Amino acid sequence: MATRVDVTPAAADMMRRLRGQHGPLMFHQSGGCCDGSSPMCYLDGEFRTGQSDVLLESLKIDGVDEPITFWMSSSQFELWKHTHLTVDVVPGRGSGFSLEAPEGVRFLIRSRLLTSEELAELAS
Amino acid sequence: MTVYAAPGTDGAIVNYESRYDHFIGGEYVPPAKGQYFTNPSPVTGQDFCEIARGTAEDVEKALDAAHGAADAWGRTSAAERAVILNKIADRMEANLEKLAVAEAWENGKPVRETLAADIPLAIDHFRYFAGAIRAQEGTAGELDDDTVAYHFHEPLGVVAQIIPWNFPILMAVWKLAPALAAGNAVVLKPAEQTPASIHYWLSLVADLLPPGVLNIVNGFGVEAGKPLASSNRVAKVAFTGETTTGRLIMQYASENLIPVTLELGGKSPNIFFEDISRLDDDFYDKSLEGFAMFALNQGEVCTCPSRALIQQSIYPDYLAAGVKRVENLKQGNPLDTDTQVGAQASNDQLEKILSYLDIGRQEGAKALTGGARADLGGNLSGGYYVQPTIFEGNNSMRIFQEEIFGPVVSVTSFADYADAIKIANDTLYGLGAGVWTRDINLAYRAGRAIKAGRVWTNSYHLYPAHAAFGGYKQSGIGRENHKMMLDHYQQTKNLLVSYSPKAMGFF
Repeated sequence: MATRVDVTPAAADMMRRLRGQHGPLMFHQSGGCCDGSSPMCYLDGEFRTGQSDVLLESLKIDGVDEPITFWMSSSQFELWKHTHLTVDVVPGRGSGFSLEAPEGVRFLIRSRLLTSEELAELAS
Repeated sequence: MTVYAAPGTDGAIVNYESRYDHFIGGEYVPPAKGQYFTNPSPVTGQDFCEIARGTAEDVEKALDAAHGAADAWGRTSAAERAVILNKIADRMEANLEKLAVAEAWENGKPVRETLAADIPLAIDHFRYFAGAIRAQEGTAGELDDDTVAYHFHEPLGVVAQIIPWNFPILMAVWKLAPALAAGNAVVLKPAEQTPASIHYWLSLVADLLPPGVLNIVNGFGVEAGKPLASSNRVAKVAFTGETTTGRLIMQYASENLIPVTLELGGKSPNIFFEDISRLDDDFYDKSLEGFAMFALNQGEVCTCPSRALIQQSIYPDYLAAGVKRVENLKQGNPLDTDTQVGAQASNDQLEKILSYLDIGRQEGAKALTGGARADLGGNLSGGYYVQPTIFEGNNSMRIFQEEIFGPVVSVTSFADYADAIKIANDTLYGLGAGVWTRDINLAYRAGRAIKAGRVWTNSYHLYPAHAAFGGYKQSGIGRENHKMMLDHYQQTKNLLVSYSPKAMGFF
């Protein structure tokens, strides 16, 4: 089944760790400068999504009971919707209020083009 | 040419302390939880000091100190505050070279830029707001023969400021100077990527400010920034960063019913109209420098001219000249005054830029130069260097729509004026733009048609005080760098006074 967002094993490990430390999680994909283009990880409900946001995926992570939602503003999604996103994690200082920064790592998006088959499936 | 010795090595003109605590109430205070994090230099990737890892307890302590100082500071005369700001500027000027080297070492930017831009601009910023606050006056409205409306400016009280890592000192000063001039006490959180240079600055000027007027709490966004931004004890939050955190800060501010100013970045178009190629003169040369300006500060500028739009009639030749100009940029040790392009500020920033080089190619953009990480050899091999990169593509590609925050420009062509404006405005953001033409009528029309807060006209990347800076659209709320910024740090007090001894006649 086609997906819009996947996670690398290392990112899934970090999500399990953060889930254990803090509680249920969510992501909102940032735009703009500085730490823009980075996925921000928050306690579920910390960031208020609304009518200007799109839910791209409810990520199922082994060892995490509830799905981890992945959101983006709809205006940004219009510009990103032809790409598939993979949440990875790299060493770094991070910024913003994302939960992983104190662990010395930063979630990072890797992208690829969605195939026409995937786009058709996602549209249906 | 000069190559400065790295702080902490023989011959260094400036050294960092091995550890920085929080600065609260006029003194250094260890973090409540006793935790520290290491601070690497992007020049080599090696740690050079430790930084207190602040938490809500430290933020509360800083807010206590700020509230303790705010009333007295707010009652000082504008003249007294202006003298202090001018003294801060004088100390900085006397230590300009040291500040420049300290900031370059922490951020990775070339010392050439910190010597010529970051620090001189920061110095002038204090002087500008020292003058602006002296010259500011309220108003008196004579409503009728007996009634006068007086308007006074009053400070907000205690304000929170969250600083980005791309200009660790200048961005702090952009926020501090107007806030202090207006009579506010400040709790400031530097970026966790670049927390130390503001402490070196503080070591030069701390004695000039009354205790508690300026408090600095270090730490990670989620642990220190969030309790500060969401506190019901601050009267305003100023933030420079990105859209998701900007929204979160507005969300917290809505809970406390306080104002925010936000600067959230852009994807700035730099438009080259065909008449620039009419002559091969100084102006033509200047326009090519303007094209290459995407590499200033390694592209880590909110207004990076990261989309170049070149008119079709001159496109091949002009682009070829632009590529040549960029290929001549000197990348190297940031502490060498000949170096024009230094290191990205952090490893995660490096990784993010590389991920954009990847998706740019996948979407079919063509790298005309650069396109990869740079290994500068020796002890710089561990640093975070990216080759200045020119991509050719179209405006629907993600590299044309998201700020990469690296030395990467995405180039496309346009047919005519209408096409140029359409492409320029086809973005979520509206912070900066550039217009290059010899035709003043065209320059004016284009500047007014572009939906961005700052349109550099036959120039780029100038940041003088007294020119308002801020965004349209998703680039943020509010303006910096201008006396109007005082309004963002002041309340308006209206005294409505009747000079009539007679009853109004209602009761």
